[in-house]
Amino acid sequence: MQMNGKKHSSSPTGNQILDAEAIRRALRRIAHEIIEQNADLKSVVLAGIPLRGVEIARRLAEFIREVGKIDIETGTIDVAMHRDDVGTRAELPMVHASKLPLPLEQRTVIIIDDVLFTGRTARAALDAISSFGRPARIQLAALIDRGHRELPIRADYVGKNLPTATREQIQVRLQNIDEEPDGVWLVKE
Amino acid sequence: MNWKRKDLLGLRELSADEINFILETADAFKQVGTREIKKVPALRGKTLINFFVEPSTRTRTSFELAAQRLSADIVNISVSSSSLTKGETLKDTARNLEALHADILVLRHSSAGAPQFLAKRLKSSVINAGDGAHEHPTQGLLDIYTIREKRGKIDNLNVAIVGDILFSRVARSNIFGLIKLGAKVTLVGPSTLVPREFEKLGVTVSHKIDNVLPEADVVNLLRIQHERQRKEYFPGIGEYTTLFGLTKERAKLLKPDCLVMHPGPINRGVEIDSEVADGIQSVILAQVTNGLAVRMAVLYLCGGIST
Repeated sequence: MQMNGKKHSSSPTGNQILDAEAIRRALRRIAHEIIEQNADLKSVVLAGIPLRGVEIARRLAEFIREVGKIDIETGTIDVAMHRDDVGTRAELPMVHASKLPLPLEQRTVIIIDDVLFTGRTARAALDAISSFGRPARIQLAALIDRGHRELPIRADYVGKNLPTATREQIQVRLQNIDEEPDGVWLVKE
Repeated sequence: MNWKRKDLLGLRELSADEINFILETADAFKQVGTREIKKVPALRGKTLINFFVEPSTRTRTSFELAAQRLSADIVNISVSSSSLTKGETLKDTARNLEALHADILVLRHSSAGAPQFLAKRLKSSVINAGDGAHEHPTQGLLDIYTIREKRGKIDNLNVAIVGDILFSRVARSNIFGLIKLGAKVTLVGPSTLVPREFEKLGVTVSHKIDNVLPEADVVNLLRIQHERQRKEYFPGIGEYTTLFGLTKERAKLLKPDCLVMHPGPINRGVEIDSEVADGIQSVILAQVTNGLAVRMAVLYLCGGIST
Protein backbone atom coordinates (compact mmCIF):
# COMPACT_ATOMS: atom_id res chain seq x y z
CA MET A 1 0.00 0.00 0.00
CA GLN A 2 1.42 3.40 -0.72
CA MET A 3 1.97 5.55 2.33
CA ASN A 4 -0.94 8.00 2.21
CA GLY A 5 0.70 10.08 -0.49
CA LYS A 6 3.51 11.21 1.76
CA LYS A 7 7.12 11.82 0.96
CA HIS A 8 9.54 9.13 2.04
CA SER A 9 12.49 10.15 4.13
CA SER A 10 14.83 7.21 3.70
CA SER A 11 15.87 4.57 1.18
CA PRO A 12 13.93 1.31 1.33
CA THR A 13 15.61 -1.94 2.29
CA GLY A 14 14.51 -4.85 0.10
CA ASN A 15 14.75 -6.13 -3.45
CA GLN A 16 14.96 -3.43 -6.06
CA ILE A 17 12.51 -4.34 -8.83
CA LEU A 18 12.93 -1.34 -11.13
CA ASP A 19 15.72 1.21 -11.44
CA ALA A 20 15.49 4.67 -13.02
CA GLU A 21 16.08 3.34 -16.55
CA ALA A 22 13.47 0.58 -16.18
CA ILE A 23 10.91 3.11 -14.90
CA ARG A 24 11.67 5.35 -17.86
CA ARG A 25 11.15 2.46 -20.30
CA ALA A 26 7.92 1.37 -18.60
CA LEU A 27 6.44 4.87 -18.72
CA ARG A 28 7.55 5.34 -22.32
CA ARG A 29 5.74 2.14 -23.27
CA ILE A 30 2.56 3.30 -21.48
CA ALA A 31 2.82 6.60 -23.39
CA HIS A 32 2.94 4.65 -26.69
CA GLU A 33 -0.08 2.59 -25.68
CA ILE A 34 -2.06 5.72 -24.74
CA ILE A 35 -1.28 7.17 -28.17
CA GLU A 36 -2.32 3.92 -29.91
CA GLN A 37 -5.57 3.52 -28.06
CA ASN A 38 -6.78 7.11 -28.19
CA ALA A 39 -7.39 8.34 -31.72
CA ASP A 40 -8.36 11.78 -30.41
CA LEU A 41 -5.42 12.58 -28.11
CA LYS A 42 -6.62 16.16 -27.69
CA SER A 43 -9.57 14.90 -25.68
CA VAL A 44 -7.33 13.02 -23.22
CA VAL A 45 -6.69 14.30 -19.68
CA LEU A 46 -4.05 12.60 -17.52
CA ALA A 47 -5.36 12.85 -13.93
CA GLY A 48 -2.66 12.00 -11.39
CA ILE A 49 -3.41 10.81 -7.87
CA PRO A 50 -1.20 12.73 -5.35
CA LEU A 51 1.65 12.58 -4.82
CA ARG A 52 3.44 10.20 -7.18
CA GLY A 53 0.59 9.79 -9.65
CA VAL A 54 0.83 13.52 -10.36
CA GLU A 55 4.55 13.18 -11.12
CA ILE A 56 3.96 10.10 -13.30
CA ALA A 57 1.23 11.98 -15.23
CA ARG A 58 3.71 14.81 -15.84
CA ARG A 59 6.32 12.37 -17.18
CA LEU A 60 3.77 10.58 -19.38
CA ALA A 61 2.69 13.94 -20.85
CA GLU A 62 6.36 14.63 -21.67
CA PHE A 63 6.78 11.30 -23.47
CA ILE A 64 3.53 11.84 -25.37
CA ARG A 65 4.77 15.30 -26.41
CA GLU A 66 8.02 13.74 -27.70
CA VAL A 67 6.47 10.79 -29.49
CA GLY A 68 3.03 12.04 -30.51
CA LYS A 69 4.01 15.70 -31.02
CA ILE A 70 1.01 16.82 -29.03
CA ASP A 71 0.54 18.72 -25.76
CA ILE A 72 -1.75 16.65 -23.62
CA GLU A 73 -3.58 18.13 -20.60
CA THR A 74 -2.80 16.95 -17.08
CA GLY A 75 -4.57 17.39 -13.77
CA THR A 76 -4.72 16.28 -10.15
CA ILE A 77 -7.44 14.14 -8.63
CA ASP A 78 -7.61 13.93 -4.84
CA VAL A 79 -8.95 10.63 -3.55
CA ALA A 80 -8.48 11.09 0.20
CA MET A 81 -11.84 12.75 0.77
CA HIS A 82 -13.56 10.09 -1.33
CA ARG A 83 -12.23 7.07 0.53
CA ASP A 84 -14.71 4.82 2.32
CA ASP A 85 -12.56 4.05 5.35
CA VAL A 86 -12.26 7.40 7.14
CA GLY A 87 -12.23 6.84 10.88
CA THR A 88 -10.94 3.28 10.59
CA ARG A 89 -7.36 4.03 9.57
CA ALA A 90 -4.68 4.81 12.12
CA GLU A 91 -3.55 7.77 10.07
CA LEU A 92 -5.89 10.18 8.33
CA PRO A 93 -4.93 10.54 4.67
CA MET A 94 -3.72 14.02 3.68
CA VAL A 95 -6.21 15.76 1.41
CA HIS A 96 -5.08 17.70 -1.66
CA ALA A 97 -6.90 20.13 -3.93
CA SER A 98 -8.12 18.51 -7.14
CA LYS A 99 -7.48 20.33 -10.37
CA LEU A 100 -8.98 19.15 -13.65
CA PRO A 101 -9.61 20.97 -16.94
CA LEU A 102 -13.37 21.54 -17.10
CA PRO A 103 -15.80 20.61 -18.50
CA LEU A 104 -15.02 16.88 -18.62
CA GLU A 105 -17.90 16.04 -20.97
CA GLN A 106 -16.66 14.51 -24.29
CA ARG A 107 -13.23 13.86 -22.76
CA THR A 108 -11.22 10.75 -21.86
CA VAL A 109 -9.83 10.94 -18.34
CA ILE A 110 -6.93 8.57 -17.58
CA ILE A 111 -6.42 8.07 -13.84
CA ILE A 112 -2.69 7.73 -13.09
CA ASP A 113 -1.35 6.05 -9.93
CA ASP A 114 1.99 4.60 -8.94
CA VAL A 115 0.79 1.27 -7.51
CA LEU A 116 -2.47 -0.56 -8.22
CA PHE A 117 -3.32 -2.86 -5.28
CA THR A 118 -6.81 -3.38 -3.81
CA GLY A 119 -8.50 -1.05 -6.30
CA ARG A 120 -10.05 1.05 -3.54
CA THR A 121 -8.01 4.12 -4.45
CA ALA A 122 -9.10 3.77 -8.09
CA ARG A 123 -12.73 3.44 -6.96
CA ALA A 124 -12.38 6.63 -4.91
CA ALA A 125 -10.85 8.36 -7.96
CA LEU A 126 -13.83 7.30 -10.11
CA ASP A 127 -16.16 8.76 -7.49
CA ALA A 128 -14.12 11.98 -7.29
CA ILE A 129 -14.09 12.44 -11.07
CA SER A 130 -17.86 12.04 -11.25
CA SER A 131 -18.27 15.02 -8.92
CA PHE A 132 -16.65 17.17 -11.61
CA GLY A 133 -18.82 15.98 -14.49
CA ARG A 134 -19.40 13.06 -16.82
CA PRO A 135 -16.42 12.22 -19.04
CA ALA A 136 -16.95 10.20 -22.21
CA ARG A 137 -14.52 7.54 -20.92
CA ILE A 138 -12.37 6.91 -17.88
CA GLN A 139 -9.26 4.71 -18.06
CA LEU A 140 -6.67 3.64 -15.51
CA ALA A 141 -2.87 3.53 -15.70
CA ALA A 142 -0.44 2.33 -13.03
CA LEU A 143 3.32 2.00 -12.94
CA ILE A 144 3.02 -1.23 -10.90
CA ASP A 145 0.13 -3.69 -10.69
CA ARG A 146 0.76 -5.85 -7.65
CA GLY A 147 -2.52 -7.81 -7.68
CA HIS A 148 -4.84 -8.56 -4.72
CA ARG A 149 -7.83 -6.64 -6.05
CA GLU A 150 -10.78 -6.32 -3.67
CA LEU A 151 -13.04 -4.66 -6.25
CA PRO A 152 -13.90 -5.41 -9.90
CA ILE A 153 -11.32 -2.96 -11.27
CA ARG A 154 -8.51 -3.49 -13.78
CA ALA A 155 -5.92 -1.21 -15.32
CA ASP A 156 -5.89 -0.24 -19.02
CA TYR A 157 -2.15 0.48 -18.92
CA VAL A 158 0.41 -1.20 -16.65
CA GLY A 159 4.14 -0.50 -16.44
CA LYS A 160 4.98 -3.77 -14.69
CA ASN A 161 2.89 -6.63 -13.32
CA LEU A 162 4.43 -7.75 -10.07
CA PRO A 163 3.08 -10.75 -8.17
CA THR A 164 3.31 -10.05 -4.43
CA ALA A 165 2.19 -11.43 -1.10
CA THR A 166 -0.27 -9.23 0.80
CA ARG A 167 2.23 -8.83 3.63
CA GLU A 168 4.84 -7.39 1.30
CA GLN A 169 5.07 -3.70 0.48
CA ILE A 170 5.84 -1.95 -2.77
CA GLN A 171 7.83 1.23 -2.27
CA VAL A 172 8.21 3.74 -5.07
CA ARG A 173 10.70 6.60 -5.09
CA LEU A 174 10.53 9.36 -7.67
CA GLN A 175 13.26 11.98 -7.81
CA ASN A 176 11.00 15.06 -8.00
CA ILE A 177 8.86 13.93 -5.04
CA ASP A 178 11.20 12.05 -2.73
CA GLU A 179 14.49 13.80 -3.56
CA GLU A 180 16.01 10.34 -4.06
CA PRO A 181 16.83 8.50 -7.30
CA ASP A 182 13.93 6.78 -9.10
CA GLY A 183 13.32 3.18 -8.09
CA VAL A 184 10.77 0.54 -7.08
CA TRP A 185 11.43 -1.89 -4.24
CA LEU A 186 9.67 -4.98 -2.93
CA VAL A 187 9.92 -4.87 0.86
CA LYS A 188 9.16 -7.94 2.98
CA GLU A 189 7.49 -7.24 6.32
CA MET B 1 2.33 15.79 9.86
CA ASN B 2 -0.16 13.43 11.44
CA TRP B 3 -3.28 15.00 13.01
CA LYS B 4 -3.95 13.61 16.49
CA ARG B 5 -6.66 15.77 18.07
CA LYS B 6 -10.30 14.72 18.38
CA ASP B 7 -11.26 18.19 19.63
CA LEU B 8 -10.67 21.77 18.53
CA LEU B 9 -11.03 23.89 21.65
CA GLY B 10 -8.84 26.90 20.93
CA LEU B 11 -5.84 28.15 19.00
CA ARG B 12 -3.84 28.71 22.18
CA GLU B 13 -3.01 25.00 22.51
CA LEU B 14 -2.22 24.41 18.82
CA SER B 15 1.31 24.49 17.41
CA ALA B 16 2.21 26.56 14.34
CA ASP B 17 2.54 23.25 12.44
CA GLU B 18 -0.96 22.19 13.43
CA ILE B 19 -2.42 25.56 12.38
CA ASN B 20 -0.62 25.37 9.02
CA PHE B 21 -1.83 21.79 8.55
CA ILE B 22 -5.47 22.89 9.03
CA LEU B 23 -4.94 25.73 6.52
CA GLU B 24 -3.46 23.33 3.93
CA THR B 25 -6.32 20.90 4.46
CA ALA B 26 -8.74 23.82 3.98
CA ASP B 27 -7.09 24.56 0.60
CA ALA B 28 -8.16 21.11 -0.57
CA PHE B 29 -11.70 21.53 0.71
CA LYS B 30 -12.07 25.02 -0.75
CA GLN B 31 -11.67 23.43 -4.17
CA VAL B 32 -14.71 21.19 -3.50
CA GLY B 33 -16.91 24.33 -3.51
CA THR B 34 -16.06 24.90 -7.19
CA ARG B 35 -17.15 21.43 -8.36
CA GLU B 36 -20.37 20.61 -10.13
CA ILE B 37 -21.25 18.32 -7.20
CA LYS B 38 -20.13 20.20 -4.08
CA LYS B 39 -20.17 17.22 -1.81
CA VAL B 40 -17.66 14.53 -0.83
CA PRO B 41 -18.28 11.34 1.18
CA ALA B 42 -15.49 11.96 3.71
CA LEU B 43 -17.73 11.87 6.82
CA ARG B 44 -20.50 9.66 5.46
CA GLY B 45 -22.21 7.82 8.30
CA LYS B 46 -21.02 10.26 10.97
CA THR B 47 -23.52 12.28 12.97
CA LEU B 48 -22.85 15.89 13.90
CA ILE B 49 -24.82 17.84 16.46
CA ASN B 50 -24.81 21.61 16.25
CA PHE B 51 -25.43 22.52 19.88
CA PHE B 52 -25.87 26.27 20.14
CA VAL B 53 -26.65 27.43 23.65
CA GLU B 54 -26.18 31.05 22.52
CA PRO B 55 -27.85 32.52 19.44
CA SER B 56 -25.87 32.44 16.20
CA THR B 57 -26.94 32.28 12.60
CA ARG B 58 -23.81 32.56 10.52
CA THR B 59 -21.51 30.26 12.46
CA ARG B 60 -24.21 27.62 12.84
CA THR B 61 -25.14 27.81 9.15
CA SER B 62 -21.48 27.62 8.14
CA PHE B 63 -20.90 24.50 10.28
CA GLU B 64 -24.14 22.98 8.98
CA LEU B 65 -23.21 23.51 5.35
CA ALA B 66 -19.64 22.29 5.98
CA ALA B 67 -20.98 19.09 7.54
CA GLN B 68 -23.44 18.58 4.68
CA ARG B 69 -20.66 18.95 2.11
CA LEU B 70 -18.79 16.20 3.96
CA SER B 71 -21.91 13.96 3.87
CA ALA B 72 -22.38 13.87 7.66
CA ASP B 73 -25.87 13.76 9.17
CA ILE B 74 -26.74 16.91 11.11
CA VAL B 75 -29.03 17.79 13.97
CA ASN B 76 -29.39 21.41 15.10
CA ILE B 77 -30.23 22.20 18.69
CA SER B 78 -30.70 25.80 19.80
CA VAL B 79 -31.29 27.41 23.18
CA SER B 80 -35.04 27.54 23.01
CA SER B 81 -35.48 23.91 21.95
CA SER B 82 -32.98 22.53 24.46
CA SER B 83 -33.76 21.04 27.83
CA LEU B 84 -31.25 23.42 29.38
CA THR B 85 -34.22 25.77 29.74
CA LYS B 86 -35.87 23.03 31.81
CA GLY B 87 -32.98 22.85 34.25
CA GLU B 88 -30.93 19.97 32.81
CA THR B 89 -27.19 20.42 33.36
CA LEU B 90 -24.83 20.87 30.40
CA LYS B 91 -23.17 17.56 31.19
CA ASP B 92 -26.47 15.64 31.26
CA THR B 93 -27.62 17.22 28.01
CA ALA B 94 -24.34 16.32 26.36
CA ARG B 95 -24.37 12.74 27.67
CA ASN B 96 -27.84 12.34 26.24
CA LEU B 97 -26.59 13.60 22.90
CA GLU B 98 -23.75 11.10 23.06
CA ALA B 99 -26.17 8.31 23.88
CA LEU B 100 -27.66 9.06 20.46
CA HIS B 101 -24.21 8.14 19.03
CA ALA B 102 -23.26 11.63 17.95
CA ASP B 103 -19.70 11.58 16.60
CA ILE B 104 -19.08 15.32 16.55
CA LEU B 105 -20.47 17.98 18.86
CA VAL B 106 -20.18 21.59 17.72
CA LEU B 107 -20.74 23.75 20.79
CA ARG B 108 -21.51 27.45 21.16
CA HIS B 109 -21.81 28.44 24.81
CA SER B 110 -21.88 31.66 26.84
CA SER B 111 -19.50 30.23 29.45
CA ALA B 112 -15.76 30.15 28.78
CA GLY B 113 -14.44 26.60 29.20
CA ALA B 114 -17.70 24.78 28.41
CA PRO B 115 -16.17 22.96 25.39
CA GLN B 116 -13.12 21.89 27.47
CA PHE B 117 -15.47 20.58 30.14
CA LEU B 118 -17.32 18.40 27.65
CA ALA B 119 -14.27 17.32 25.64
CA LYS B 120 -12.78 15.75 28.75
CA ARG B 121 -15.96 13.80 29.48
CA LEU B 122 -17.14 12.70 26.03
CA LYS B 123 -15.77 10.27 23.48
CA SER B 124 -17.24 12.44 20.71
CA SER B 125 -15.19 15.14 19.02
CA VAL B 126 -15.95 18.54 20.50
CA ILE B 127 -15.53 21.61 18.30
CA ASN B 128 -15.64 25.00 20.01
CA ALA B 129 -17.90 27.34 18.04
CA GLY B 130 -17.34 30.18 20.53
CA ASP B 131 -17.26 30.01 24.34
CA GLY B 132 -17.91 33.20 26.29
CA ALA B 133 -15.09 35.71 25.88
CA HIS B 134 -12.55 32.87 25.60
CA GLU B 135 -12.00 31.54 22.06
CA HIS B 136 -13.68 31.14 18.69
CA PRO B 137 -11.02 29.02 16.98
CA THR B 138 -12.69 28.47 13.60
CA GLN B 139 -13.22 32.25 13.24
CA GLY B 140 -9.54 32.81 14.08
CA LEU B 141 -8.54 30.14 11.54
CA LEU B 142 -10.71 31.56 8.77
CA ASP B 143 -9.33 35.07 9.39
CA ILE B 144 -5.77 33.72 9.22
CA TYR B 145 -6.65 31.63 6.14
CA THR B 146 -8.02 34.73 4.39
CA ILE B 147 -4.91 36.80 5.21
CA ARG B 148 -2.64 33.99 3.97
CA GLU B 149 -4.70 33.61 0.79
CA LYS B 150 -4.69 37.34 -0.03
CA ARG B 151 -1.16 38.22 1.13
CA GLY B 152 0.61 34.91 0.54
CA LYS B 153 2.02 34.73 4.07
CA ILE B 154 1.43 35.64 7.73
CA ASP B 155 5.01 36.07 8.94
CA ASN B 156 5.98 39.71 9.67
CA LEU B 157 2.64 41.21 8.65
CA ASN B 158 1.28 44.07 10.79
CA VAL B 159 -2.22 43.10 11.87
CA ALA B 160 -4.40 45.63 13.71
CA ILE B 161 -7.42 44.32 15.61
CA VAL B 162 -9.79 47.15 16.48
CA GLY B 163 -12.68 47.32 18.92
CA ASP B 164 -14.06 45.49 21.89
CA ILE B 165 -11.08 43.25 22.59
CA LEU B 166 -11.92 42.67 26.25
CA PHE B 167 -15.13 40.75 25.52
CA SER B 168 -14.03 39.28 22.20
CA ARG B 169 -13.33 35.58 21.71
CA VAL B 170 -12.63 36.36 18.04
CA ALA B 171 -9.79 38.68 19.10
CA ARG B 172 -8.25 36.07 21.42
CA SER B 173 -8.25 33.31 18.80
CA ASN B 174 -6.77 35.71 16.25
CA ILE B 175 -4.07 36.84 18.69
CA PHE B 176 -2.97 33.29 19.61
CA GLY B 177 -2.94 32.08 16.01
CA LEU B 178 -1.36 35.13 14.38
CA ILE B 179 1.48 35.37 16.91
CA LYS B 180 2.33 31.69 16.45
CA LEU B 181 2.64 32.26 12.71
CA GLY B 182 4.91 35.29 13.17
CA ALA B 183 2.57 38.26 12.65
CA LYS B 184 2.93 41.51 14.62
CA VAL B 185 -0.40 42.19 16.27
CA THR B 186 -1.60 45.61 17.49
CA LEU B 187 -4.81 45.90 19.48
CA VAL B 188 -6.67 49.21 19.15
CA GLY B 189 -9.58 50.63 21.14
CA PRO B 190 -10.51 52.62 24.23
CA SER B 191 -8.46 51.75 27.32
CA THR B 192 -11.58 50.32 28.98
CA LEU B 193 -11.93 47.70 26.21
CA VAL B 194 -8.22 47.26 25.41
CA PRO B 195 -6.39 47.21 28.74
CA ARG B 196 -2.57 47.10 28.84
CA GLU B 197 -2.71 43.59 30.35
CA PHE B 198 -3.05 42.23 26.81
CA GLU B 199 0.62 43.09 26.21
CA LYS B 200 1.47 39.95 28.20
CA LEU B 201 0.23 37.96 25.19
CA GLY B 202 2.99 39.46 23.05
CA VAL B 203 0.95 42.16 21.30
CA THR B 204 1.15 45.96 21.16
CA VAL B 205 -1.71 47.99 22.64
CA SER B 206 -2.70 51.36 21.19
CA HIS B 207 -5.51 53.77 21.97
CA LYS B 208 -4.96 55.93 18.87
CA ILE B 209 -6.17 54.32 15.65
CA ASP B 210 -4.75 57.07 13.41
CA ASN B 211 -1.22 56.10 14.49
CA VAL B 212 -1.79 52.43 13.68
CA LEU B 213 -3.61 52.48 10.33
CA PRO B 214 -0.73 53.77 8.10
CA GLU B 215 1.51 50.82 9.10
CA ALA B 216 -1.13 48.10 8.96
CA ASP B 217 -1.17 45.27 6.39
CA VAL B 218 -4.48 44.02 7.78
CA VAL B 219 -7.19 45.81 9.79
CA ASN B 220 -9.65 43.47 11.47
CA LEU B 221 -12.64 45.39 12.86
CA LEU B 222 -14.66 43.74 15.58
CA ARG B 223 -18.34 44.34 15.98
CA ILE B 224 -19.38 46.68 18.75
CA GLN B 225 -21.82 44.48 20.58
CA HIS B 226 -24.25 47.20 21.59
CA GLU B 227 -26.77 44.63 22.77
CA ARG B 228 -24.23 43.58 25.40
CA GLN B 229 -22.36 46.79 25.96
CA ARG B 230 -22.44 47.91 29.51
CA LYS B 231 -22.65 51.70 29.78
CA GLU B 232 -19.43 52.17 31.72
CA TYR B 233 -17.05 50.96 28.96
CA PHE B 234 -17.48 53.88 26.59
CA PRO B 235 -19.76 56.92 26.49
CA GLY B 236 -21.71 56.14 23.35
CA ILE B 237 -21.81 54.71 19.86
CA GLY B 238 -21.32 58.12 18.25
CA GLU B 239 -18.17 58.79 20.22
CA TYR B 240 -16.82 55.31 19.45
CA THR B 241 -17.28 55.94 15.72
CA THR B 242 -15.56 59.32 16.01
CA LEU B 243 -12.55 57.90 17.85
CA PHE B 244 -12.22 54.34 16.44
CA GLY B 245 -14.58 53.82 13.51
CA LEU B 246 -13.05 53.04 10.10
CA THR B 247 -14.72 55.95 8.36
CA LYS B 248 -14.30 56.83 4.69
CA GLU B 249 -11.96 59.66 5.73
CA ARG B 250 -9.85 57.48 8.01
CA ALA B 251 -9.56 54.73 5.38
CA LYS B 252 -7.40 57.15 3.34
CA LEU B 253 -4.65 56.51 5.89
CA LEU B 254 -4.47 52.83 4.86
CA LYS B 255 -1.82 51.42 2.54
CA PRO B 256 -3.39 50.56 -0.84
CA ASP B 257 -2.86 46.80 -0.31
CA CYS B 258 -4.08 46.75 3.31
CA LEU B 259 -6.90 44.22 3.85
CA VAL B 260 -10.06 45.29 5.66
CA MET B 261 -11.70 42.44 7.58
CA HIS B 262 -14.73 42.00 9.80
CA PRO B 263 -16.14 38.82 11.35
CA GLY B 264 -19.71 40.08 10.84
CA PRO B 265 -22.43 40.95 11.30
CA ILE B 266 -21.27 44.47 10.52
CA ASN B 267 -22.81 47.61 12.02
CA ARG B 268 -22.63 49.94 9.04
CA GLY B 269 -21.77 53.45 10.18
CA VAL B 270 -20.59 52.30 13.63
CA GLU B 271 -17.26 50.44 13.43
CA ILE B 272 -17.06 50.71 9.64
CA ASP B 273 -18.53 52.99 6.94
CA SER B 274 -20.48 51.35 4.13
CA GLU B 275 -18.06 52.70 1.51
CA VAL B 276 -15.18 50.89 3.27
CA ALA B 277 -17.11 47.68 3.98
CA ASP B 278 -18.04 47.43 0.29
CA GLY B 279 -14.75 48.87 -1.02
CA ILE B 280 -11.97 47.12 -2.94
CA GLN B 281 -9.84 46.56 0.17
CA SER B 282 -12.64 44.70 1.94
CA VAL B 283 -12.34 40.89 2.10
CA ILE B 284 -15.39 40.46 4.35
CA LEU B 285 -17.25 38.15 1.95
CA ALA B 286 -14.10 36.12 1.21
CA GLN B 287 -13.98 35.48 4.97
CA VAL B 288 -17.46 33.93 4.79
CA THR B 289 -16.52 31.68 1.84
CA ASN B 290 -13.26 30.64 3.48
CA GLY B 291 -15.08 29.91 6.75
CA LEU B 292 -16.82 27.04 5.03
CA ALA B 293 -13.54 25.51 3.78
CA VAL B 294 -11.84 25.93 7.17
CA ARG B 295 -14.78 24.31 8.99
CA MET B 296 -14.80 21.40 6.52
CA ALA B 297 -11.08 20.92 7.28
CA VAL B 298 -11.63 21.01 11.05
CA LEU B 299 -14.58 18.58 10.91
CA TYR B 300 -12.65 16.24 8.60
CA LEU B 301 -9.54 16.22 10.80
CA CYS B 302 -11.17 16.00 14.24
CA GLY B 303 -14.11 13.85 13.13
CA GLY B 304 -12.09 11.62 10.80
CA ILE B 305 -9.42 10.29 13.14
CA SER B 306 -9.98 6.86 14.61
CA THR B 307 -10.77 7.08 18.30
